[in-house]
Amino acid sequence: MTIPDEPRLELQAELASGRRLFSRKDAGLDRSPWSRPLAVIGAVLVVGWVLVALLAPLIAPHDPNAQDFARLQPPGGANVLGTDGLGRDLLSRIIYGTRITLPLAVLLVVLATAVGTVAGSIAGYFGGWVDTVVMRLCDLVFAFPGIILAMAAAAALGPGLRNAVLALTIVMWPSYARVVRSMLLGLREAEFVSATRLLGASARRTLAVDLRPNVAGPVLVLAALEVGNAVLLLSGLSFLGLGAQPPDAEWGAMVSEGARNFDAWWIGVFPGLAILTVVLAFNFLGDTLRDALDPRTARALKGSS
Amino acid sequence: MQAPATRRESVRRGSGLGGFLGRRAIAGALLVVGITLVAFVLTHVVPGDPAAAALGQRAIEDPATVATFRAKYGLDDPLWKQYFTYLFGLLRGDFGISQQTRRPVLTDLVEYLPPTIELALVAIVISLVVGVALGTVAALKRDRWPDQLIRVVSLTGVSVPTFWLALTASLIFSVKLGWFSSTGQLDPGYPKPPTVTGLLLVDSLLDNDPFTFQMGLHHILLPALVLAAYTVGLITRFTRASVLEVLGNDYIRSAHAKGLPRRTVILRHVLRPAMVPIITVSGLAFGSLLSGTVLVESIFSWPGLGQYAYKSSLALDLPAVMGVSVIVAVIYVVINLVIDVLYGVIDPRIRIS
Repeated sequence: MTIPDEPRLELQAELASGRRLFSRKDAGLDRSPWSRPLAVIGAVLVVGWVLVALLAPLIAPHDPNAQDFARLQPPGGANVLGTDGLGRDLLSRIIYGTRITLPLAVLLVVLATAVGTVAGSIAGYFGGWVDTVVMRLCDLVFAFPGIILAMAAAAALGPGLRNAVLALTIVMWPSYARVVRSMLLGLREAEFVSATRLLGASARRTLAVDLRPNVAGPVLVLAALEVGNAVLLLSGLSFLGLGAQPPDAEWGAMVSEGARNFDAWWIGVFPGLAILTVVLAFNFLGDTLRDALDPRTARALKGSS
Repeated sequence: MQAPATRRESVRRGSGLGGFLGRRAIAGALLVVGITLVAFVLTHVVPGDPAAAALGQRAIEDPATVATFRAKYGLDDPLWKQYFTYLFGLLRGDFGISQQTRRPVLTDLVEYLPPTIELALVAIVISLVVGVALGTVAALKRDRWPDQLIRVVSLTGVSVPTFWLALTASLIFSVKLGWFSSTGQLDPGYPKPPTVTGLLLVDSLLDNDPFTFQMGLHHILLPALVLAAYTVGLITRFTRASVLEVLGNDYIRSAHAKGLPRRTVILRHVLRPAMVPIITVSGLAFGSLLSGTVLVESIFSWPGLGQYAYKSSLALDLPAVMGVSVIVAVIYVVINLVIDVLYGVIDPRIRIS
């Protein structure tokens, strides 16, 4: 992917082949994650980019949207990374790009997690036809390869960052719904749940008070590590012209401008490097931490057999 | 896509492979109906007046024209009726008219699908060869430096934005170094071989034209490699995990103990059982390759579905975008069925009847 479908492909393949492939031991978590260099590199990069986003007005040399310079200046002159087709400073645009990409990626993950958690809890707790409906809905979304469905939804809703986030929420929620559902399938037979129910607690109370804490932690961690994929999807939609609109300094849109200016290689190459380092950082972290903190594979298989 | 029971279990429990495949086919068909429903909702229910989109500003001010248009396309019918009209249209191959090419979407799809299928096929072959090799090495050298290196490579593969990789690779390898030709399937103006399968490489071989074949290969290699970056990463990770799982079995120790050459043990006793999850994920990966072409083809001027979808999405040409998503989703469903059949071939325990 091409398409950042990896976590859901992982889940699908594990469910389909009936094997648990990504285990805790395999992630080397018998040792502390901080002794693993990849996790440290990932953490440093994430912190670095967050700082860039916070301090953007202080560190950006110029106004990201001011057309103050000669057009298509190569890197190295007055503009460290050169200028784009409208004479805007590329470095400043990349720095300000963090303020679009990072918050929206987080927002996207939050929305997808919220929808997925609610749907998954209801499905897993009540079972029966509710479960069937929710799971068939997930199947339906899974049948569309990610970016294609997002593209169709974004095109139907109309281009723009807000709609891009909505469209991608549609694509991403089922992964969380499945994970939460399988966790609840395991939990709902637990004795503390029966005890609450016998004490007369409503289904809503049981879900909100007794089950939520059991689910919240792992889901939050899983969600945090998905931010990299969200960045990839969002910048992909913007590259397609369905996300950020001019003059927004958004990385995917900037790469798309680079693709239209083959003679000025720097316009597309540098923003793409920014995307790569952000996504790589989250995936470095995720690769080390996910298996340890994510009970989904184990429970998903236990719950489904 | 999976019923609650895993596929292998439902095979064992069910009434033989035939019944199993029958049930999967029915589930697949239902899924396709669901897909059309999603496409319908996105095209018809979501904001945006189709009359306005198709007629343009002038005509919209004339109520009579609008009324005729709405009546002609059944826009005043209740939604469920509109859906059935749409569904039966799809069954007849009527995906609507592309607002951009002004041709039936089906005609466009027929023209643009084969180059994309060809690109995705080459990419999946590359991914399987490289991914299985890297994953196996990583598993055998677990936690030593080759494993660590391969881990970084595969993580980079799944992290790199494909559209950026396409741009950068094209700048470096075609523009700067001139190693690959980066536009189209063949050199500009060069005639295509007579269409038999629609796949250029196959057609040129059938035409007994090694020169065209070579040129085609030269053109397809760079886009396919770019497209494969993600799936190589994915398949590498799966192969490593799957091989590690198999290596833990007692029969592997027995195979070593009875003195079989290491090569034989790895190829026959390890890789074969390890292939089941790998096949699963490559089927899923093929679907993601198809959609990946959306982000890659425009940069390589590849005359395929991806570029068509890209241009349609820029022009907000909804019938075309929906046509592409329905076709890709249907291919996805079909691939999953094929995988179910492959299980039986690879794992004899599944071959019941």
